[in-house]
Amino acid sequence: MTALLEIRGLSKHFGLTLGAFGDRAATVRALDDFSVDIIEGETLSLVGESGCGKSTTGFCILNLHQPSGGSVKYKGQEIAGLDEAAMRPFRRDLQIVFQDPYSTLNPRMTIGEALSEPILFHGLASRAELPARVTDLLADVGMTPRFANRYPHELSGGQRQRVAIARALACQPRFIVCDEAISALDVSVQAQILNLLLDLREKYGLTYLFIAHDLAVVRHISNRVGVMYLGRLTELAPAGDLFARPLHPYTRALLSAVPKPDPRAPVNRQRLTGEVPSPLNPPAGCRFHTRCPIARDRCRAEVPEWRAVTPGHHIACHAVSRADKTNWEGQS
Amino acid sequence: MTALLEIRGLTIDIARDEGPARVVDGIDLTVMAGESLGIVGESGCGKSLTMLSLVGLLPNRIRATAGSAMFGGKDLLKMTPGALRRVRGSEIGFIFQDPMTSLNPVIRIGDQIAEALIYQKGMTKPQAAIRAVELLALVGIPAPEDRAQAWPHELSGGMRQRVMIAMGLAGHPKLLIADEPTTALDVTIQAQIVDLVRDLKTRLNMSVVWITHDLALIAGLADRIAVLYAGTVVEDAPVAEIFDRPTHPYTRALLDSLPTLAGEAMSRLPSITGTPPEPGRRPPGCPFAPRCPLAQPACSDAVPKLAPVPGSDPRHRVACPIVIERAVA
Repeated sequence: MTALLEIRGLSKHFGLTLGAFGDRAATVRALDDFSVDIIEGETLSLVGESGCGKSTTGFCILNLHQPSGGSVKYKGQEIAGLDEAAMRPFRRDLQIVFQDPYSTLNPRMTIGEALSEPILFHGLASRAELPARVTDLLADVGMTPRFANRYPHELSGGQRQRVAIARALACQPRFIVCDEAISALDVSVQAQILNLLLDLREKYGLTYLFIAHDLAVVRHISNRVGVMYLGRLTELAPAGDLFARPLHPYTRALLSAVPKPDPRAPVNRQRLTGEVPSPLNPPAGCRFHTRCPIARDRCRAEVPEWRAVTPGHHIACHAVSRADKTNWEGQS
Repeated sequence: MTALLEIRGLTIDIARDEGPARVVDGIDLTVMAGESLGIVGESGCGKSLTMLSLVGLLPNRIRATAGSAMFGGKDLLKMTPGALRRVRGSEIGFIFQDPMTSLNPVIRIGDQIAEALIYQKGMTKPQAAIRAVELLALVGIPAPEDRAQAWPHELSGGMRQRVMIAMGLAGHPKLLIADEPTTALDVTIQAQIVDLVRDLKTRLNMSVVWITHDLALIAGLADRIAVLYAGTVVEDAPVAEIFDRPTHPYTRALLDSLPTLAGEAMSRLPSITGTPPEPGRRPPGCPFAPRCPLAQPACSDAVPKLAPVPGSDPRHRVACPIVIERAVA
């Protein structure tokens, strides 16, 4: 198993001006000290609520946001902070699919033109070869060649998302960030797109960073899952392990809040009181301590270190120890 | 139990230059007193328009063209705008998906709730101000006296939705219609709002209609579920029946295509091919026939009517002659 991407200490702080005259400066700490290896061929998912930094992470890895600090190595080469020209050779390999394909497809370009653009830009095919290449790409995402002459507004939401995926595939990437790529779709269409992503992964040996808030979807598609809260990674584990034995109190609360499609499921949620604090002024120590049911004094003062509880299962929490793990399991 | 609301043969059309397009096609729905009804369907199935038509809030160019909606002995669809305005809020409360666009950004929270009370209940300003604070406390807003003085932008999404619920409850309605009120919220906040509505329904002895696309969410909320597809009710049954014995091919496919926390990782999900028809391009006969695994040529002849499923709970009804035949066999 080789790491396709090695991410170390990645941070992103946005500067803001506040006040009626824009005279107060403030910093939004959107992402702090994010470190993970993304293994070739895996699907790593990031979950968490609005403002947890999961999308920022995807943007910073691809250099779509300039990171404020830290390192991103792609196949051993540093790409964090590269300017657009230096980034260009890497852009071919590193692609992204967004939530809303309507706002990322040019309404005046036919689907065929939209798919040709990245191919020509990266010089991957001659003009003579283009139509065949476009037909192949459409076939990859389950669409017939006649769609090449259509415009985005003529397609349904699911079809537009297929085109967005085909466009990401156009330059034969190694790695795709799926940023809430299926969140806006209806249930029946969502299943189609999930299946498509699974098929393409197998066919082309793709590596995905899958960013989502729907935990059931994440459970379905991921090898490993990272849980984020207020700009920090709080837990990272193989998907099966995380859903069967969540350790971090936030992960446990998040999982218990997911509605179950079973009218007899008991309503015994570990309810989280209150709301996510502002990232303008995140709590000291562990950022979750203000809502944590098992917070201690230490949690309010010290940032918990990132540690492995079992091989491959990491958490950042002072309060959960190996001994607590059995207690947790006993409860569920 | 008595029926609080009875919708019969409701038909809604969009006026377009090329002629009217039907978006709701002869819907029958009943809400019993004290019941929570879940209305489930995908975008464009007509679930929101059906409920908006009851209180005269349909957008321009969209009109209810046939049918009736009996509520407290009166047909809501035949009421004058003035009479409907009195029903709205005082007898039927509404909560919408996006509280930011439903709250006036330049009026303090407490004053917005008080406005409804003065208008609907004829309270004086001081009475209404006190009642507004009580309502904020009722929906679980901490420090309600302080929050009554807050502006909408000072509240988080979850708090704004609580304010919307407080406004929806201001007139002490018999029926609360909740149109995807948690779709824009994070999952832990969604859980708080769901618990709140469930609790308030019992305490205030209301009926609740909860409109959603999320089958998992509605499982823990509704007594009965109506599944809509392309402007028709395809299945209507008590909640346990829907999940234990889903009968219409569309309901079954929807449940199958739902990823769950207990599901098998990395496996392909059963999915429904194709997409729902657009308004005005509804196929003849059963609207689900083009995507249905059980479809036969006869399915395109007539729109199937809801009928009881033999051998099931008598309240379990489905609009598919093919599955009914199979149940008999």
